[in-house]
Amino acid sequence: MTADPIGAPEPRRGGVARVMGKQQFIGDIRIEHELHVKLVHIDCAHARIVSIDTSRAAKLVGVHFVVSAEDLPRPMPRFGPVFEDRPVLAMGETKYHGQPVAAVVAESRDMAEAAADLVHVEFEALPGVFTVAAALDPASPLVQEPELRPDDPLSHTNVLRRLEHGWGDVAAARADLVVDNVYEFPMITHFAIEPHVFIAAPDEGGVVVWTATQNPFQMQRMLAGVLGLPLAKVRVRAPDSGGAFGGKQHPKYEPLVAMLALRLGRPVRLALTLEETFQEVRRTSCRIHARTGFDADGTITFQDIEGDFLMGAYADIAERVIAKSSYLACGPYRVPNARVVARALFSHTTPSTAFRGFGTPQVAWAHESQMDEAARRLGIDRVEIRLRNLARKGEAFVPGDTPADGDWAESVRKAAGAIGWGTPLAAGRGRGLAVAIKASATTGASYSIVRLHWDGSATVLAGTSDMGQGARTVLAQVAAHELGIPVEWTTVVMGDTAGVPFDLQTSASRSTVFMGNAVARACDDIRAQLRQIAADLYGIDASAIAVEVGLVRLPDRTSTVAELLRERFSGVRGEVIGVGSMRREYDPDHPLGGSPAFYEFTCTASEVEVDEGTGEILLVRHVTVADVGKAINPQHVEMQDEGAAVMGLGHTLMEHIILDDAGRIRNLGALDYRIPTTKDMPLEMESLLVENGDGPGPYGSKGAGEGGLMATAPAVASAVTEATGAVIRDLPLTPERVWREIHGKEIQAGGGT
Amino acid sequence: MQIHLTVNGSERELEVAAHTTLLDFLRDQLGLTGTKECCDLGECGACTVLIDGRAVNSCLVLAVEADASAVTTIEGLGGEGRLSALQDAFIAKGAVQCGFCIPGFVMAAHYLLLRNPRATPAEIREGLSGNLCRCGGYMQIVEAVLAASEASAARAING
Repeated sequence: MTADPIGAPEPRRGGVARVMGKQQFIGDIRIEHELHVKLVHIDCAHARIVSIDTSRAAKLVGVHFVVSAEDLPRPMPRFGPVFEDRPVLAMGETKYHGQPVAAVVAESRDMAEAAADLVHVEFEALPGVFTVAAALDPASPLVQEPELRPDDPLSHTNVLRRLEHGWGDVAAARADLVVDNVYEFPMITHFAIEPHVFIAAPDEGGVVVWTATQNPFQMQRMLAGVLGLPLAKVRVRAPDSGGAFGGKQHPKYEPLVAMLALRLGRPVRLALTLEETFQEVRRTSCRIHARTGFDADGTITFQDIEGDFLMGAYADIAERVIAKSSYLACGPYRVPNARVVARALFSHTTPSTAFRGFGTPQVAWAHESQMDEAARRLGIDRVEIRLRNLARKGEAFVPGDTPADGDWAESVRKAAGAIGWGTPLAAGRGRGLAVAIKASATTGASYSIVRLHWDGSATVLAGTSDMGQGARTVLAQVAAHELGIPVEWTTVVMGDTAGVPFDLQTSASRSTVFMGNAVARACDDIRAQLRQIAADLYGIDASAIAVEVGLVRLPDRTSTVAELLRERFSGVRGEVIGVGSMRREYDPDHPLGGSPAFYEFTCTASEVEVDEGTGEILLVRHVTVADVGKAINPQHVEMQDEGAAVMGLGHTLMEHIILDDAGRIRNLGALDYRIPTTKDMPLEMESLLVENGDGPGPYGSKGAGEGGLMATAPAVASAVTEATGAVIRDLPLTPERVWREIHGKEIQAGGGT
Repeated sequence: MQIHLTVNGSERELEVAAHTTLLDFLRDQLGLTGTKECCDLGECGACTVLIDGRAVNSCLVLAVEADASAVTTIEGLGGEGRLSALQDAFIAKGAVQCGFCIPGFVMAAHYLLLRNPRATPAEIREGLSGNLCRCGGYMQIVEAVLAASEASAARAING
C-alpha cells in the first residue's frame, strides 16, 4: 500500500535542481542567434518628449534597430489586464520615472547598452502628480488622456473609479466611542530576486514569448490582441519564476519584444536591471480615513472608511486591488452599519499592480489600529475586543455574501496562546496581535489533463505557475493520492500554453483550490474510464465495478489498477487520459464580479523590545496562524506563511519607495531600498495552522500563502505602543519615526532640536 | 585578454574583454548559469562564488582578476549528481522556495562552514546577512546551515 501523500511534508519539486544551480530560470535560457534589447529612459517622471535623435546610436556597429513610438503601428497598440491604457512605448510624454521612450536592438548586450547611451532625447519636464493630495487637486495635470475613456464622467479628473458600498445606516448609528484617524501606507516594491527578463522569437507564422509570468494564458490573450494573431499562433512559455509575488502577473514589455522579434525576424532578449524592475512594479500606496463607532463594551456599531489609493500612471490591475481590498475594509468583523468609499487615483509614478495580499495589508493597517485604540480607550483587552466582534462561522459578515468560512476565533486564541498573551512582560517590551482577511478568487477557470500511463505512472498537465509556492509539489500530491500511486511516479508539466490546458491565472492563492480540484476531477474521470475498461475487459456491467484509490473492485474479487492497465494496454500500449476543470463564472451583479470562493484569514502576534534611545525595534517573537482548511503539504504552508511574515516585516519596519519633488525614485537598488536580511529576523518565529477541513479545495483545503503579511504591521505597531506608549499611524516603523514618536513631546517641550 | 584559471577543478584558458565581470564570464562564456544575476552591484549575494576558497560577489570581480586562481561555483559543490550535506539540508529544512537566491546562499553558507564548522545560529545570521531572499526563507536557511554544521560536527566526533 502506498503511503498517502496528503498531509505529508513532501519535499519541494525542483528543490534538487535549485540547490545544484541547475534550475533553468528565464535568464538562464539562451536562444540561438538572439539579439539584445536595451531600453532608453530619461531622468524625469512627467515630461513632454520634444525629440528623439537615434542617428548616432543607429550607426554603431552591431546595432540592428532603434525603436521609438514613431516606429510602432498607429494608433499605438495599448494593453492592460482590465483597461487597455498602456502603450508599448511612451508616446509624446513620459508618465513615470523609468518609462522607456525608445529601445535599441543589437548583437550583444554591451553593444545595446553603448548604443542606448547615444540615443539623444530632448524633453521638457512637466509638473506631475505624486501624492494623493495632488491627485485630488483639480488644478493638477491629468495623468491619463481623457479620450481613453470618453464615456466616463470622471475622465477629466485623476480619479479612475470611485467605489462605494455598505449597509445599514452609518449616519444614524449611535456609539459610546468614535475612533477617528488617518493612516498612511507607502509604496512598496516587490523586489523578486530574479529581475524581469523577456524573450521573443518568430515561430511558424506566429511568435513564441518566454516570460516568467504568473498568467501565461492571459499573456497569450493580450499578445494575440496587440499583434492581431490567433491564440494558436502565440505560444507563451513560462519557466518557473525566481519570485513573483504578484509583480509578474501582467504584461510589461512582452508586447515590445514580440513586435521586435517579428519585425527583425530574429529572437530578441530584454533583461531588465534590478533598478529598471523597481521602476516597473509596486504595491499601491494609500491614505485611509477611518471612523469606527463602539459601544462601551467594545462592540462595533459602525465603520465609516474612506480610502484613497495612488495607482500610478496606468491602471494595470490596481483598480481591482482597490475594489477587493475596500470590499473587506471593515475586516472580519460583525459590523451592523458600514460605509466604504474608495478612490482609485492616477499619478505620475510607477504603475502599481498585484502584490501579495492584494490591498489587504493596507486596509488591515487601518482597521486593526482602530481596534487597538478602542481597546485602549475603553480599557478592554486587545484580544478580547477582537473576539467580541469577530464574525462567527456561518455568519454573513458582508450581508448577502459568502459567510465566514472558518472558526476565526480559534486562530486568534491559538496566536494569543503562542505569544504568551497575558503573561508578564520584561521591561521595554510589548506584545501586539492583529487579524486580517482577504477575499480570494471570485471567478476563475482551471483545466487539467492527467495522463495515466500504461505502467501506472502519471503525467499531470496544469497551467499553474510554480513561483516558489510549491504548486507543482501539491498538485503531484493530489494526483498521487487520487490515483493511488507513489508521488514519485508523477510528473507535473506547467508553463507552456502550447503544452498544457487553459488556466486563468496563478493569483489570489487560488491554485490549490482551483487547479487542485481540476486535477482531482481529472483523476475522477480516469477512474470512470477504468471502470468502463474493466467492464469491457471482463464482460461485467460497469455498475457492478468500483474503482477506488489504486484498486478495482469486481463482483468476485479485488484487482489493482496496475493489473488492469497491464491487461488493457498489453500489445500496442496506450494510456488513460482524464480531463478535469473548475470554473466560477462572472456575475455582473456582484460588486466583485462574484462571491469569494473562500476567505484567507490570518492572525499575527508579535512581541517586541524597543530601544528608546535609538527607536530600533527588536522582534523577540513572531507568530502567524493560518486557517488553511487542510494543509496538503504542511511544510510548504509553513514556508509560505513564514516567508510572507518576513515580507510583512519589510513593509512594517523598513520598506518604502522615496520620491523626490520631481517624482524620481531616490532609493533604487538593494542598499537604498532595504528589505529584511537574516539580521532582521525575529529571535523566534512560529507558524501555526488551523485545519478544520472547511475549504472548497481538495480535502477541505483553502488557499494559503498571502496571509502571513496581511496583519504584520498592526501587530508589530500594537506591540510598540504597549512597549513605549508611542502610537504610529504611518508606515514603515523606522527607528527615526519610532524615536520621534517617543521623544516628540519632549522635543516640543524643549523647543525642538 | 587571455586568462588561465581553474573552474570547479577544470583548467580553462579563455579570451575575455577587460571589463567582463567574473559573473558574466561564468554565465555567458562558460555557460555556468547556476550563479545568478540580480543587482549586479554587490548588494544581494545571488552571484556568490569562491575564489581560492574565499567567498566573493562575482559581479564585483573582473574576470581578469580571477586569472591564475581557482574558482568554485554552485556547479562545483557536491559530487557527480550527488548533493553535499549542506545542499541536502536546504531541501530537508524547506529552505528552497523560488530558489533564485539559493545557489548564492549555498555558496555563502559553504564558505561560512569552511571557516567555522560549528557556527552558532547568531554566527550564521551574521555570516549570511549579505545574501537576500525575498521568499523570506531565512529561518529555514539558518536551520539548514545549522543542521549541516551539526552533522559535520557529529561526523568529526564519531571519527
